[in-house]
Order: sequence, then structure tokens, then C-alpha cells
Amino acid sequence: MNLQLPPLGPIMPEIFMTSLALILLMADLFIKKKEVLAGASILGVLVVAYTLIGSSGSTFGGMFISDGYSSFFKAIFFINLILSVLISIKYIRIERVNFGEYYSLIALSTLGMMIMASAADLIVLYLGLELMALSTYILAGFIRYDIKSNEAALKYFLLGAFSSAFLLYGISLIYGLTGTTSIKAIASFISEKGLVGNPALSLSMTLFVVAFGFKIAAVPFHMWAPDAYEGAPTSITAFMSVGPKAAGFAVLGRVFMIAFASIKFEWTFLLIPLSILSMAIGNIVALAQSNIKRMLAYSSIAHAGYALIGVIAANTDGVASMMNYLMIYAFMNIGAFAVVIMLRTEGFKGENITDYEGLAKTHPFLSALMLIFMFSLTGIPPTAGFIGKLYVFMSAINAGYTWLVLVAVVFSVISAYFYLRIVMYMYMREPKIEVGTSKSGTLGVALGVTAVMVLAIGVYPKCLVELARAALSGF
Amino acid sequence: MKYYLLIPFLPLAAFVINILFGRGLIRDKAHWISCLTIIGSFIASIITGIDVINGKIINEDLYTWIVAGKFSVSVGFLIDPLTAVMLFVVTGVGSLIFIYSIGYMHGDKGYYRFFSYLSLFIFFMLMLIMSNNFIQLYLGWEGVGLCSYFLIGFWYEKKAAADAGKKAFITNRFGDFGFALGVFMIFLTFGSVHYIPVFSEVKNIVGQTVNILGYEVNLITLIALLLFCGAVGKSAQIPLHVWLPDAMEGPTPVSALIHAATMVTAGVFMVARCNAIFNLSQVAMNVVAIVGGVTSLFAATIAVAQNDIKRVIAYSTLSHLGMMFLACGVGAYAAGVFHLYTHAFFKALLFLAAGSVIHAVGHNDIQRMGGLRKYMPITYLTMFVAALSAGGIPGLAGFFSKDEIIWSAFASGSLVGKFVWVLVTAVAFFTPFYSFRMIFLAFHGKFRGTHHEEHHLHESPPVMTIPLIFLALGAIGVGWVGIPEILGGGAHFAEFLKPVLGHPEFHGTHAQEWGIMGLSTTIAISGIIIAAIFYLMKTYIPIKLAQQLSPIYRLLFNKYYVDELYHHILIRPILWVSTRFIEGITDAKIIEGIVNGVPKTIGRFAVILRKIQSGVTQHYAIFMAAGVFILVALILW
Repeated sequence: MNLQLPPLGPIMPEIFMTSLALILLMADLFIKKKEVLAGASILGVLVVAYTLIGSSGSTFGGMFISDGYSSFFKAIFFINLILSVLISIKYIRIERVNFGEYYSLIALSTLGMMIMASAADLIVLYLGLELMALSTYILAGFIRYDIKSNEAALKYFLLGAFSSAFLLYGISLIYGLTGTTSIKAIASFISEKGLVGNPALSLSMTLFVVAFGFKIAAVPFHMWAPDAYEGAPTSITAFMSVGPKAAGFAVLGRVFMIAFASIKFEWTFLLIPLSILSMAIGNIVALAQSNIKRMLAYSSIAHAGYALIGVIAANTDGVASMMNYLMIYAFMNIGAFAVVIMLRTEGFKGENITDYEGLAKTHPFLSALMLIFMFSLTGIPPTAGFIGKLYVFMSAINAGYTWLVLVAVVFSVISAYFYLRIVMYMYMREPKIEVGTSKSGTLGVALGVTAVMVLAIGVYPKCLVELARAALSGF
Repeated sequence: MKYYLLIPFLPLAAFVINILFGRGLIRDKAHWISCLTIIGSFIASIITGIDVINGKIINEDLYTWIVAGKFSVSVGFLIDPLTAVMLFVVTGVGSLIFIYSIGYMHGDKGYYRFFSYLSLFIFFMLMLIMSNNFIQLYLGWEGVGLCSYFLIGFWYEKKAAADAGKKAFITNRFGDFGFALGVFMIFLTFGSVHYIPVFSEVKNIVGQTVNILGYEVNLITLIALLLFCGAVGKSAQIPLHVWLPDAMEGPTPVSALIHAATMVTAGVFMVARCNAIFNLSQVAMNVVAIVGGVTSLFAATIAVAQNDIKRVIAYSTLSHLGMMFLACGVGAYAAGVFHLYTHAFFKALLFLAAGSVIHAVGHNDIQRMGGLRKYMPITYLTMFVAALSAGGIPGLAGFFSKDEIIWSAFASGSLVGKFVWVLVTAVAFFTPFYSFRMIFLAFHGKFRGTHHEEHHLHESPPVMTIPLIFLALGAIGVGWVGIPEILGGGAHFAEFLKPVLGHPEFHGTHAQEWGIMGLSTTIAISGIIIAAIFYLMKTYIPIKLAQQLSPIYRLLFNKYYVDELYHHILIRPILWVSTRFIEGITDAKIIEGIVNGVPKTIGRFAVILRKIQSGVTQHYAIFMAAGVFILVALILW
């Protein structure tokens, strides 16, 4: 019997991440000042990020792969983690849930995302997905005494379990059909045996669309998102609007572009209505929201629709533009949530859109930052949001989906209404109530980093665009 | 090292620092960063200018912003003789105006904001003139417009200032719309937005036409006229001139910098830059020359009857800008740019001196001034020099450039050239007349204001008068680089620009040149003499004249009623139609149906869709299941 260990190089970041999560959990017992844990988790992630360099290759018999594609997504996850922790530190104190396991759970959830991005096998994929999801359910319900937070967690959990069932059903169908769970082997089996057109294969693919559609919160599998986003602690809303969504796109890209490459026509056919519906429902229902977290939840649904267009283009340019979009989305969305968190003070929720009335008069600097994020979410140059949309749309036009881009542009215009409404409230209304802000150094760092990145990518997009393209070289 | 990058990016850095930390940390020290950075830009401009004189021309893309198929937008710089001249004007005159602003804006509660906007303005202006492509030009173009809007409405609590800002912004929309279309046409025609490929290929499309609503239109003429639309708006030519006089509501340094020396000349710069396009369309050239010539005379006559010191200078600016266009229109681009360059000095000086006067008197009405010369001798002397230079008195900067324009118009040999020559010769009389009317009324005679005001009269502090003195030296001397050959000079300025702007063909003898010069000089001097008679010796004449020629006087005083005309033919009918017709009859159905209805319908839709989000988890699960069914049905159908 061969008991030799497989090469651990490719999986080193995940090993370090696991250690980090466990160390944080242990250290929580001894350390009274939980801010130390926050600092430790950021430092730890930087170490993990360092191990990512030079970790390329595949291991565990090809079940786990570390390539440019996975590394790009892992970079998004690390950024997501660091920014979320930065905006959490003061916030969870205000919410009176300053517990150490918070940081450990964030690390575990990120570990799940990393495994998803690196999964070259459907079983590993499922493992990562569940690890990510379970940790996020707990985080969503982290404000134990708050009924809304509990509700968010429970709904997210129930529907998440429901969607997992679809994923497992899809995996078992494909296993029954091809006898393998390896993504590459599935692809070659389908093309060798000429399975294209097989209804069981199509059914299995459809079930993958459902499960991944749930993770990225695409319509009609989005219903959990507004309730979960609204009820969850705001810092976690920021975290889960970026991380799990990006992880969902990571597996979506890998499974569909590789395993189902030969039935490209069929899955693009399903993703198109998903994308259009997401943009439509996301942008239209956002108009009717009075709670900014709910508005951003619908906005996040709409952005999943835009990013899907890149996948629909179904070529390397399209996937690169989708990766690009998610990176940009991470910065602009967490930036917007950071502003929302800033308005949360002791005894004041600051979640109503009307709380932003006249903010420019009392907090001009914060308002200017919010303006940048809202412009970016709308897609107005010279912000990063414009670049993200531009490349997604361009890849779709080159792939022959001009009409889809036209639809997307129309919904972008509609989205301007509710994003710019915030700007209008801030700059053109008189303040009605006294709105305080909870200032903290770390929150300031997060705001500064996100704003600078949104503008820097908007002005100098070349680096990011080329990085995303280069990441796909071995894909 | 690409040190020329310092030129635009130093002011940008100043803007960022001032806007971020101005309110809390820097406050009344905001001028330090802004002034030092623009002086840095000036030094870098001089170094770059010396390189250009030595024959080093820079044309490179710094980086590509976005690439979409054939369409690539890049940030790139072209530094050739034309850019070098503009850099000298913008950073040189700009530096002096920045320093002057320290005194003028002292104690204003928006002090840091003022300097932030000024720095941002300079950044956009420099990006505009240093660009090597039309997109960046357009970006700078809109950027300076935006800063102009901020700065005109700087004292936004004042309704007139806020309104003037809006008027400038909206009027410019008309021109910029045409300009944007022009840039689109250029991209569609040439597949590039970079100057060099466009200008070198433009001769290949001579004679091509495009069909617009059934009319065959010459392509080059169309592009040139669309571009010129932008210039008409930005440089305030007829019929889009109405915003510039109102823009005087802004602080005076803004008027000097943006509405005299730099931004408003961007139109002239753009036409000169695109001379390769304009040269190939005689129609467009004639339009440019006639619009310029008519604006020039039109504005000069209005300036005669204005009593607001800044408005007199504003109309004078319109008139001089018209002359620059006129020069471009007859092919004498170098003469136009030469006048742009001298004008920047004497006009900035006129404005700053007027600002110094306003600073002392506290209002703008020259009828309520008088005798200021003994209170503020430096302001008086410098303004006198500026008026002489503007009036085209031999030996001063303005003379050489104006003379070159007049001669170019005459010598162009065309009928349009002769026509605009008549116009500009008439302007040569009015310019010194209104300039000296203003000086005599403000500085000579007795003070006509209240005792209280008289008590406050004082010369401005050195931080304001020193820039005045420097500008006065400029108003005297900057023209000496372009002394024409018949006066023993080498016309170095035109030679310097020749590689970019070419040289027009002249049809005239030396004798004619002497004659034209003599004529315009005589006319200019007579303008001063008549002003002296009217406003120094026999002060009853203008009053009597105004009574006897009351219709003409009123016409001029009311600026040919153009604002009223627009009010009646544009704003009133629009209001009338909208109140009577639309509001009364169709508003509730059509307009509301569209303007409010679409968002409302979407909103209603949103409310309905929102109800799906019932909050009940079972419903969500059912919804998901339904989604699964539909997808499966779709794929297995």
C-alpha cells in the first residue's frame, strides 16, 4: 500500500488558511481584546496570500488544481476578507457581538471559497461550497438577539440546503452518465462518447445552473438574498455579497467552460434568461426599496446579471471580463457598505435611504466617497464600474450578443435612478435629522483603499485587464 | 525623464491635496500649494519650450485607457511649437493670476475651495492643450467647462452668480454637442482619434460627401463646422456669446484666467490645431472668418455703452476673440495665435486691474467712480498700459498682433477677406475708444461715489500690484517676438509656428502694408483722442449724444437685445407652449405619461414584483422550484 503524501505545494494556501482559522478559534479563549484577533486574521491572510505565490500545479490525483484562474479568484477572496474585517472591528462592537469566533468563521468561509476556486473535481467543489455556505449561514445570524438576523440565517440556510440538493442531484446524474467526477474527464468523456444532446446530460447541466445560480443570487434563485442581506450584520452583508458570489462565478466558469464545453450552446441558452431576469428584477425592484441594505441586495442581484454576460460570451475574453467585473465589484460594493456601516452608530441604524438626506452638508468627505461608489455601481467613467461593464459588454458584442448588451445598457440606465437618488439625497436635500458617524481608523483605511482602487482602476484599467487575461493563460 | 508630465500633474496634485485637506488642515494656506505647483509647471513649460525651440517635438502615448476594437482611447501628449506657446500663456499668465488671487480672495470663506478649483482648472486646460488626440481634447474641454461652472457660481449664495453659472453651462451644451458630433464623425471617417493620422489622411477625403436628410454635404466642411460649433460655444462667439458677459459674476481672477486668458481661447487653439481640416474647406473658413469678424465688431460696439467695468472688458474679450477667429478664417492661423498670446497678457491685466479697482471701490459701476488715479497709481498706470496695448498703439504687444491680423485680412485677396478687413478696421477704432472711456471715467475727474466709499479708497497690497506690474511688462514687450519684417523685425513668432500652422499667401505690396498699418494706427489714436474729448474735456457731449441718438444708445446699452431676443424666441415660446399647450392639454396624458409615467410604471411594476418577496420561506422555495421546472422545460423541450 502506498502511503506517500501527495505534493502539498498547490494546496499550501488552503493549509495555511485552515491553520489560521483554527488558531483564531483557539486564541479566542485566551485573548480578551478581540481587536487583536482581527489584526491577526489580516496578518494571517497576508501570509496565506504569500504562500499563494508559486503554488501552481495540481495535486490529490488531479482533484485539486492551483492555476492562474483560481489564484485570481483567491485574490478577490483575500481582498474581500481583509476589507470585511477592516469594516467589522468597530461595527460588531456597536452591535454588541464582539466575539472571537466571528473572525474564525470568516476565515473558514474564505477557505471554502478557495477550495471551490481550486476544485478540479465535483466532490471537492461540493466540499468547498458547503464549507463556505455553512460558515456564512452562521455569520448571517451572528447578531443572536436580533430576530431579523436570525431570520436571515434561517432562510439562507433552508434555501441553501434546498439548492445543495439540486447540486448533488446534478453531480450524481453526471456521475451516472460518465462514471467520473473529474471536471476534465467529464469533458473528454462527453466529446469522446458523443453525449451531446443526451437529455440526462442537459438535465444535469440545468441542475448545475440552478445551484450556481443560487450562489450568485441570479433570478429566479435570488429570493433568499434580499432577506438575508437585510437581516445579516452589515459587515457580513458586504462579505457575502462579494465572496460567495465570486466563488459561485469561479465554479460556474470552470464547470461550464471545461466540463460542459461541448454543450456551450445549451447552457448559454439557459444563462441568457437568467442574466436578463437578474438585471430586470434586480434593477427594477431596487427602485422601490427604502432600506439601503435591501437596495444594495437588489443591486447585487443586478450585478450578477451583468457578470453573467461575460460567461455567456463563452470565450476567454468573456471569462476574463467576468473576473475583472468581480474584482471591481468587490471594491465598489464593499466601499458602499463601508459608508453604510459608518452611519451605524450607537442607537441609530442609519439604514434608511432618507437618512442620507443632506449628508453632504454635515459630512462632505463621506458623501464624496459615497458619490464615487454610487457612480461606480452605475458605471459612470472614470470609475472602475464603467471599466467593468465596458469589458463585459465588449466581449459579449464580439461574441455576437449585441442585443443582450442593448438590454443590459437599458437596465443600467434604470439603475442610475436608484444609485443617483442617494447622491441626490446627499447633495440636494436639506438634512432633516442629525446623523452621526462612527469613525474608526480601520474603517477609514477600508474606505480609502476602496475609493482609491475604484478610481485607480477607472483611470488605469490596463493592469487589471491584463492580469485577468494572463490568469486565463493555462485555463 | 518625461519631465513634461510635471506640467499637468503638479496642478492636479495641488487640487487633490487642497480638496482633501483644505477644509480641515490647510485652510488659509491653500494658496501655497496651488501657487508653488503652477510656478513649477511654468518652469517645466519653459524647459519644454526650449526643447521645442531646439527642434525636439514630443508626440507619444503615455498609456492606453481603453481599447474597444478599432477605437482606442489613450492619454497622450503632443508638444510642438503651438503647444509650447499655449503652455507659456497658460502657466505664465496663470501663475501671476494665482499670486494675485492670494490678495483678492483673502479672507473668503471658500478660500481653499477657490484654489482647489483653480488648480483643477489649470490641470484640465493643460490636458486640453497638450493632448495628442481628440478624446483627451474633449475631456479637457469639458473639464475646463465644469471648472468654469464651479468658479462662475463660486459665490453660489448670490442668485445672479448661480444663474450665470447655469447659463454658461447650458449655452456651452449647444456648442459641445456639435463638437462631440464632430469628434464622432472624425472617428467614423478616419478610424482614429489621434491628430497625426487624422491630419495626414484628411486630404484623401477631399470631395467626399455624406447624405444628410437628402442633401449631399461635403464631409470635410461638415466635420470642420461641427468642430467649430464647439469653438463658438467655448469662445463665446455669436450666437452663443451670451454666457460670457454674465460669467463676470464670478470672482475677478476667474474672469482674468478663465474668461480672458485661457479657457475662452481654447476654441481658437482648437481651430488652429485642426488647420489641416479647416484649410480644405473654403466654406468652413469663410464661416469662421465671418462669425469672428461680426462678433468682433458687434461686441466692440456694445462695450461702448456699458457701465459695469467688468462687462466692458468682457465685451472687449468677445471682440478680441472674434479677431482671432477672423485671422484663422483667412488662413493666418499664426496671426490668430499671436493675438491669443498677446491678448492673454493685456486682457488679464485689464481684468486684474479692474479687480483691484473693485477691491477698493466695492462695486463695478464706472459712473460712480472717478479720480481714482491719485489713490491707486500702480493700478492706474498698469491699466493704462493695458489699454494702450489693447488699443493697438505702436510699439506695444497688442499692436503687432492686431496689425498682423488686419494685414492678413486685407492681403488674403478674397472677398470675405476684404469684408472682414472693413469690420476689423472699424473695431480698431472702438477698442481704444471704449478702453479709454473706461479709464477716463474711472481714474480721471472727481470721485463720484459717496463720502463713505471715498474714505475707503486705497491702493491694493503688493501681492496684487506686483502681478499687475509683471503683466504690464508683458503687455508692453511680449509682442516683440513677432515684429513684422517691414518694421525691421524677423516675424519670429510666425516662423516658429510655421511647421504646425503653415503660412498664408499674401497678395499685397509693401506699400500697401505700410498704408494699412498707418490707417489702423491713425484710427486707433483717433479713438483715444475722441474718448479724451468726450470723457475728459467736454463731458456733456456723450450725454447729449446719448439723448439725441437715444435708439442707438439704447440698442447698444441693451446689447442688441440678444438676451431679450433669446428670451422671446426661445425661452418664452418654450414656456408658453409648455404652460398653455402641454400643461393644459396634453401634459396630464402625454408628458406625464412619458416623463413621469415611465419611472412610475417601472415603480408600480417594482411594487408588484416586490410583493413576490413575501418573506415566507416556503414561497421562496416554491418560486425556486418553479424556476427549475421552467429551465428544465426550456432545455428538454
